[in-house]
Amino acid sequence: MSVLQNGVAGVLIVLGLIIMLVGSIGILRLPDFYTRSHAASKVDTTGIIFLLLGLAVLQGWNLAMVKLMIAVAIIMLANPVAIHALSRAAWMHGERPWMRKKEGED
Amino acid sequence: MTHKSVSIIILVASRALARVIQLFGIYVIIHGHYSPGGGFQGGALLAAGVILMRMAYGREASQSEVSTGAAIPLASIGALLFAGTGLITLAFGGHYMDYGAVPVPGIEEPIVRYYGILLVEFGIGLAVMTVLVAIFDDMLSVPPEERVEGGAPDESSDPVPVERRNPMTR
Repeated sequence: MSVLQNGVAGVLIVLGLIIMLVGSIGILRLPDFYTRSHAASKVDTTGIIFLLLGLAVLQGWNLAMVKLMIAVAIIMLANPVAIHALSRAAWMHGERPWMRKKEGED
Repeated sequence: MTHKSVSIIILVASRALARVIQLFGIYVIIHGHYSPGGGFQGGALLAAGVILMRMAYGREASQSEVSTGAAIPLASIGALLFAGTGLITLAFGGHYMDYGAVPVPGIEEPIVRYYGILLVEFGIGLAVMTVLVAIFDDMLSVPPEERVEGGAPDESSDPVPVERRNPMTR
């Protein structure tokens, strides 16, 4: 295992963890359902994809790496669709997006 | 039978994903001896494929894979396959699920054990898949006295009022 492999894997994993941290803060801080689900989808999709890419680099060329790449492909396809379905269902059932209060309005 | 509020993204993605999930479920069942997995996990994945199609397309989808009426009989067959494979070994003087006791002409004992475990895994997978689909169908189904011909929910039976559908047009 070369130094380069370790370094690239470390950078990718730390990047994924940073994205997960930002997304978690977003879930707690953002004002309404749509923005929160946006933040949650970043944790689910981008953060985990970077983490799995880092683990794949750490594995080298073997079957486990192929399985990790398959997991990345399925997450890339499934997670955005799941968040889309959730947000669309909320929209259809009348959940209103958060907006700034206008002047003079309470 | 698709509801008019269903988006094309969900339909296409669930159609593509369901088959991949089911293929992976078969792999998990068959490869259960060597890697994490087995009958229960693979059966749950197979059921997930069917349930995904029914969530996207309505309760009439994927009926050719596990139909609503056949779910419980298939689950019984799976449980029979599981328990029966174990009980056959008792008839040949072994312990329960001691597959090596079954004398199969021309096949050595380790191979008999291999096929015995595989048969049990198939039984568990069939039972778990069909029971999960049956639970999902039970939660989806309307009681018989409220059932409409054709089964499609019309606008009046929708719990959400039409004027609440799109919040931007209010």
